[in-house]
Amino acid sequence: MKVLRNLGQCVNCFLNKIGKVTDFIISIFLNLVTPPIYGREILKAFYQIGWMSLPVLGLTALFTGGALALQIYAGGSRFNAEQVVPAIVAIGMARELGPVLGGLIVAARVASSIAAEIGTMKVTEQLDALTTLSTNPIKYLVVPRVLAATLSLPALIAIGDSIGILGGYLVGINRLDFSSSTYLASTASMLQISDIFSGIIKGVFFGFIIALSGCFNGFYASNGAEGVGKATKSAVVAACVFILATNYILTEAFFNS
Amino acid sequence: MIEIKNIHKTFGKQKVLDGVNIFAHQGSSTALIGTSGGGKSVILKILLGLIEPDEGEVFIDKVKVSHREPGRTLSRIGMLFQGSALFDSLPVWQNICFKFLKGTEKLSSKDAKELAIQNLEKVGLNYKVANKFPADLSGGMKKRVALARAIVGNPKIILFDEPTTGLDPIMTNTINSLIREIVETMDVTTLTITHDISSVQQISDNVALLDSGRIRWEGKSKELKGSKDPYVFQFINGKHNGPINVN
Ligand SMILES: Nc1ncnc2c1ncn2[C@@H]1O[C@H](COP(=O)(O)OP(=O)(O)O)[C@@H](O)[C@H]1O
Ligand SMILES: [Mg+2]
Repeated sequence: MKVLRNLGQCVNCFLNKIGKVTDFIISIFLNLVTPPIYGREILKAFYQIGWMSLPVLGLTALFTGGALALQIYAGGSRFNAEQVVPAIVAIGMARELGPVLGGLIVAARVASSIAAEIGTMKVTEQLDALTTLSTNPIKYLVVPRVLAATLSLPALIAIGDSIGILGGYLVGINRLDFSSSTYLASTASMLQISDIFSGIIKGVFFGFIIALSGCFNGFYASNGAEGVGKATKSAVVAACVFILATNYILTEAFFNS
Repeated sequence: MIEIKNIHKTFGKQKVLDGVNIFAHQGSSTALIGTSGGGKSVILKILLGLIEPDEGEVFIDKVKVSHREPGRTLSRIGMLFQGSALFDSLPVWQNICFKFLKGTEKLSSKDAKELAIQNLEKVGLNYKVANKFPADLSGGMKKRVALARAIVGNPKIILFDEPTTGLDPIMTNTINSLIREIVETMDVTTLTITHDISSVQQISDNVALLDSGRIRWEGKSKELKGSKDPYVFQFINGKHNGPINVN
């Protein structure tokens, strides 16, 4: 009986949350298309979310591309197929590792900082103060971050893909015995536009998930420092899980078509 | 003018307001006293339209406050939040003139900054504070900046949520004098939440005592000290025994 009741409460709580998130998403879209537009806030969000993520994203991609080249070489050499390294590094980065690792690393950096910032504003009554000063907090705080993350992530992923391929190339010509021209020619001949596009489209979804998760958890932070801590943790965990789940669904969709 | 009519509010299982009525006519000043956690801030948030009451209605200058569309009444109200609630990411002058920079009534940056400096002077702060960020200010200065933000644009109604809590006696006196001055010179209706019994007479003409979700006593500030009412007697003497449940 008790188990059933607890289960009932869980389901109830879960449905409640889905309702809240849906309301939140609807109000984001409504506020996206109605004036006023806070241009300066939007620019600031692009700078903080897009531009400032470049270093960490670049390093992630560089090391991943390098490690991937070594692994593929080790695997490939078992059946004398070392020459597949450039192709698999490029395809693997563009289709899967670029978007997913890029998404996760940006989620760690951005979802957490959005949730902590908005959560602190919530618990110090700054969100209430915004409303009393005739400014809608969704429009002023959430819309710029959602726009910036959704539009920056595809670009970040495209840049990450290139840096990852560069990482593979550097390892390929320095540590493995590829010549620069063979490596580049092989990359160029194997990589298709659709490989790159599938990754970039994933970026649109991942960017939206990251900003939504950060903003939603910040907005519903409960009181005190503990509340902000919990909101930050939930934001990162939710963003990562939803990125991985969405990645599978999108990969399935691209794979079938 | 503020009219609060029979407000009820429950959070989860906790009944916070149980039929609150407060009336404050134009130009009056009222202090709201009561135990911590008694729902005083909730009353102000209902007045602002930030929280929707379960039952009852609130009017600001005869206009009904709506939770879905708080904008209609908010433009008449200035609010000083309990923790100041200044925006960390903006300098002081942008905090003070926020509603003229981002809100519906626009001012140029130059005019807004001038207006901010005028209001800083009203609360006894130097123009140099205008370019500082809230993180660089002391608690008393933050309160004064928040006060400047509450009075900018001459609102008809000003709400103060514990304006002096956590400040030293000298700063408390400074803030109370500022509030007195605002009450006397600005033709505003004020509602001030306070714990500080000795401030009540200084900052307001009327008092209401909230306990267990209802207003238990209302009267003139002058009458507070001499009142025989058991609620007032217990509250102002800080007694443990009496009708107010303290735990
Ligand atoms: N948004 C809210 N959600 C849930 N509970 C709340 C909310 N706001 C206030 N409360 C609860 O209502 C009670 C009264 O709070 P408050 O009005 O802040 O008291 P005070 O009289 O000290 O200002 C507290 O127990 C508080 O926990
Ligand atoms: Mg309070």
